[in-house]
Amino acid sequence: MSYRNDPYDPKQAVLLAPEALEAAVADAEKAFAQAADLDALAALKSAHLGDRSQISLARREIGSLPPAAKSDAGKRVNIARQAVQAAYDARLAELEADQAARVLLEERVDVTLPVARRPRGARHPMTTLMEHMSDIFIGMGYDIIDGPQLELEWANFDALNIGPDNPVRGASDTFFVDVPGLVMRTHTSPGQVRTMLDRQPPIYVVSPGRVYRTDELDATHSPVFHQIEGLVIDEGITMAHLRGTLDHFAKAMFGADAKTRWRPHYFPFTEPSGEFDVWFAEHRDGPRWVEWGGCGMVNPRVLVACGIDPEKYSGFAFGMGVDRTLMFRNGVSDMRDMVEGDVRFTTNFGMEA
Amino acid sequence: MKTSLSWLREYVELPADLSATRLDEALTNLGMEVESIVDQAATIRGDLVVGRVLTIEELTGFKKPIRFCTVDVGRDAPQEIVCGARNFAEGDLVVTILPGGELPGGFTIGARKTYGRNSHGMICSSAELGLSGDHDGIIVLPAGSATPGVDARPVVGLDEILVEVEITPDRGYEMSVRGIARELATHFGVPFTDPAAAQAAPATPDAPYAVTIEDTVGCDRFSARVVRGIDPAAPSPAWMQRRLIASGIRAISLPVDITNYLMLEFGQPMHVFDLQRLSGGLLVRRAHPGEKLTTLDGVARVLDAEDMVICDETGPISLAAVMGGETSEWQQGTVDVLLEAAHWDPVMVGRTARRHKLFSEAAKRWERGVDPQLTLAALERAVAILIEHAGGTADERVLDIDHVVAPAAITLPAEAPAQLIGLPYTSAKVAELLTAVGCAVTGVEVLEVVPPSWRPDLQAPVDLIEEVARLGGYNEIPSLLPRAVASNGLTPGQRRRRSIGRAMAENGYVEVLSYPFVAPGTADQLGLPVDDPRRSAVRLTNPLSEEEPLLRTTLLGPLLGTLKRNLGRGRRDVALYETGTVFLPHLSAGTPPALGVDRRPTDEEWAQANAIVPEQPWHLAAVLAGDIEPAGWWGAGRAAGWADAIEAARTALSAAGVPAVRVTVRAAEQAPWHPGRCAAILVGDTVIGYAGELHPAVLSALDLPKRTSAMEIDLDVLPDAPVVDAPYISTFPPALIDVALVLDRAVPAGEVQTALAEGAGELLESVALFDVYESEQLGEGKRSLAYKLTFRAPDRTLTSEETITARDAAVAVTASRFGAVLRGA
Repeated sequence: MSYRNDPYDPKQAVLLAPEALEAAVADAEKAFAQAADLDALAALKSAHLGDRSQISLARREIGSLPPAAKSDAGKRVNIARQAVQAAYDARLAELEADQAARVLLEERVDVTLPVARRPRGARHPMTTLMEHMSDIFIGMGYDIIDGPQLELEWANFDALNIGPDNPVRGASDTFFVDVPGLVMRTHTSPGQVRTMLDRQPPIYVVSPGRVYRTDELDATHSPVFHQIEGLVIDEGITMAHLRGTLDHFAKAMFGADAKTRWRPHYFPFTEPSGEFDVWFAEHRDGPRWVEWGGCGMVNPRVLVACGIDPEKYSGFAFGMGVDRTLMFRNGVSDMRDMVEGDVRFTTNFGMEA
Repeated sequence: MKTSLSWLREYVELPADLSATRLDEALTNLGMEVESIVDQAATIRGDLVVGRVLTIEELTGFKKPIRFCTVDVGRDAPQEIVCGARNFAEGDLVVTILPGGELPGGFTIGARKTYGRNSHGMICSSAELGLSGDHDGIIVLPAGSATPGVDARPVVGLDEILVEVEITPDRGYEMSVRGIARELATHFGVPFTDPAAAQAAPATPDAPYAVTIEDTVGCDRFSARVVRGIDPAAPSPAWMQRRLIASGIRAISLPVDITNYLMLEFGQPMHVFDLQRLSGGLLVRRAHPGEKLTTLDGVARVLDAEDMVICDETGPISLAAVMGGETSEWQQGTVDVLLEAAHWDPVMVGRTARRHKLFSEAAKRWERGVDPQLTLAALERAVAILIEHAGGTADERVLDIDHVVAPAAITLPAEAPAQLIGLPYTSAKVAELLTAVGCAVTGVEVLEVVPPSWRPDLQAPVDLIEEVARLGGYNEIPSLLPRAVASNGLTPGQRRRRSIGRAMAENGYVEVLSYPFVAPGTADQLGLPVDDPRRSAVRLTNPLSEEEPLLRTTLLGPLLGTLKRNLGRGRRDVALYETGTVFLPHLSAGTPPALGVDRRPTDEEWAQANAIVPEQPWHLAAVLAGDIEPAGWWGAGRAAGWADAIEAARTALSAAGVPAVRVTVRAAEQAPWHPGRCAAILVGDTVIGYAGELHPAVLSALDLPKRTSAMEIDLDVLPDAPVVDAPYISTFPPALIDVALVLDRAVPAGEVQTALAEGAGELLESVALFDVYESEQLGEGKRSLAYKLTFRAPDRTLTSEETITARDAAVAVTASRFGAVLRGA
């Protein structure tokens, strides 16, 4: 117990020597710096920061110091300890960052690999084009009407002033069925007849849909094809309104440069009647006039047959081939492509034509 | 209608420098569809000159006789030309094309060595020049008709501008030089000379031949003249032949050519009888049903009671207005002729032409309407040309039986054209334009308009308005939108079809639009039972293909055909969908009432008429073959199967806004599906369609891959999408609990799930099947279905006791309903 009375024992406090503490810090810093990864760093931790580390042992020696020296020695140990801890923390952060970077590098993938595990399908361009056209007319205040494709002969012909002797009523143009009085509709106009029988003017409708004529399938004909036909019946309707409507529709479909050009023609259901061309700037063979459809002022005989007073109301009608539009607008060169259902054709168009 | 510009110029003073473009524009804006305007002179390029054959040297030793000629073509030295034709002699005038020239069809002429000689050009035949001609060999021009070296084009008639237009069915008068010339005169505002206006000999009290008209409705005018003693060998003048050929009509003989020429010029079809072959007076009447007549084309025809015939004592000798008969027609050697110009009922002629499939040039004109006031003028002109070129003596007597009814006046309020057209046409302008087309117009505020005889199409005020719009110019009409009205937007059905289409496409299906035509054998291939309503189909009476005369009653037939086409083109994985109508006939359809057009049908008539219209509901169908998910770098693919077909139906219903809770799937047996892999799809209590794998026998019959699957649902029976109530979103935590139930394998998982949901009560948030397991331990015919139940309360965190109570209640329902045992309990 003699040492209790010994005011100073340099042997016992050797670890507290400033040089010893500095060396311990330097050792630790060097060791941490050499730790190659987090595991190696963790393995070094107890040697430099654990209970048996130099600095922890040095702290123990403080008790052996005379009271006057304790405070100073304590401060030095703390500084050394903080230095070692800081070195450790810095290296730890460094190694963690390295590892995070390595993980990101290791997890790198080839994002250009194909990802279509469940390939999308497609909608037929005829369908989407008809919807596109319909939407433009809805925006102009029209309703879209459907009608039966197997239709009353009266609605397809007679009511439209196509008399019994008109050649188009022959079997070389029109499909007949084993139910007398019915035909496969040759245009979508009978749907308009139905509309006129159902409601009084103002009538603003378009009827898109399938129609049938006895043409053999070839590059430019199909027995089944598609039309969109419009009908307006209101007070004071003139040919100028017809022209304005067609011009607006053409612009909405084909851009601001589009316009229409008319030629007198004959249709039984309209008078005056015309055919119209549209100026199509995007044609693949260069800007040009393209034949687009027929139009005219509804023949008063049609109004009478459908129960509308021709003295009070007038109206116009127009119609164009959707297949034809698709052909010149989208550069389809063979009608058969639109008919055969080859997925390569339709998939090309995706969800919008 | 084909004609030439020079012919038109005889009657209308067209601008001398009229370009093809301006002519095209004029005709188009008059309402004629221009098929072609061909400048014949431009069809041959380079030097086409008249040549005189100087020497001919016959070359021998070749397979055919060849001539080496020297030809004076007006140059310093004669042209040396090798020629294979032999129908010419030294001194003849011929047509020669010189090196550098080009014949129709891009045939370029050069100097070349042939048959051992140098040939510098070619001596031409009609065919080589693109002229139709019946003569073989090269063209030999009449002696002295031209000088060597001059342009040969005008000499051979290659200086014409040919015009071909299509005439709309309402404008018969335009099927003549007279009609087109009149229209062009109006368009250009230049003078017009009516070829039919010349003074014609009127009817005489005595007829040159006895004619009786029995039916004046079918024939309201019949005029005739007689010429005797013509030279039967007299040819038609060259100018007439050229014009006929240019118009696409073959030159035959002078009398026949004259009638064709005047048909083209006046628009009046005519007929030439051989006077000596007629027996007794002529009778014009309806045919007796079953009566026979052999027409000029050699066809023995059985006549209909609506046909009109011209008869002599021997019976019918001509199918009136359409085609003459063999026994009375002009023939080689005829010296005495009866020229007939009549006027026939257009409806009668149209029906007769269609009935006998005889669409002659005459019939085309009659059907569109011929001016009834032309007969005497046409006969006068015919007689004059005939006598000029074939001699003979005209009988001074003129027959003209005339029952023509004059056109009625039309009352037209002067402001009506402006009101319909949208341009401020004044009364004076309206009168001016109508007068220009030949109408007689009186009145100012209300116009009384008498149409000209050649315009039977002008009957109602609107017909006159059309003339005003047409002559005033369609393209003068301003562009003006009607004032906007209110649209109702898409109907629920239309919106539904769009949503479904998009959903199907987004889920991998490609839309196709199949023809609705099917073969009668399709029902057998699909294995439809004999009493299946889908076997009752509407049949086309004139199908394009006799093999596919029926209209589809299911989308699957045509759709599977399209699937097969894709597989045949090398595609292995195919998923298709189609939205379209099917045609379901009413078996008890009666006869619809005859509906007129002079008034609206009554509601009752309309309903009766519609009773025969088959139901045509919109269906959706999808078919799948191969992999629905392809193999890739990620691993193996997944084959499409019954489950995908059912999912497709659910996808469509979801897109249609049908809440999932209203959809039921249950086992069903329905052709053409596999009886053990077919689901009925129900919305509420209504079966709306079926889905699953197709029957192996069907796949074998259709030669489709195994496991091909399909679905078809009726979209029209779907309820409109309801207004959906918003759910309450609880923020309290869920309680998850799994249950494994041991059941008989035959118990449908769908029903078990329904039972669990019923028993679990309001705390249940969701129930999901996550495992299906069978083993020997479970026992024969048993399986385990493992469900994950998620419970959640709206207002509190559930205690484990509450959760277990709810689970037990759920299991209890399955136990009582299906004998389910909780596994591991």
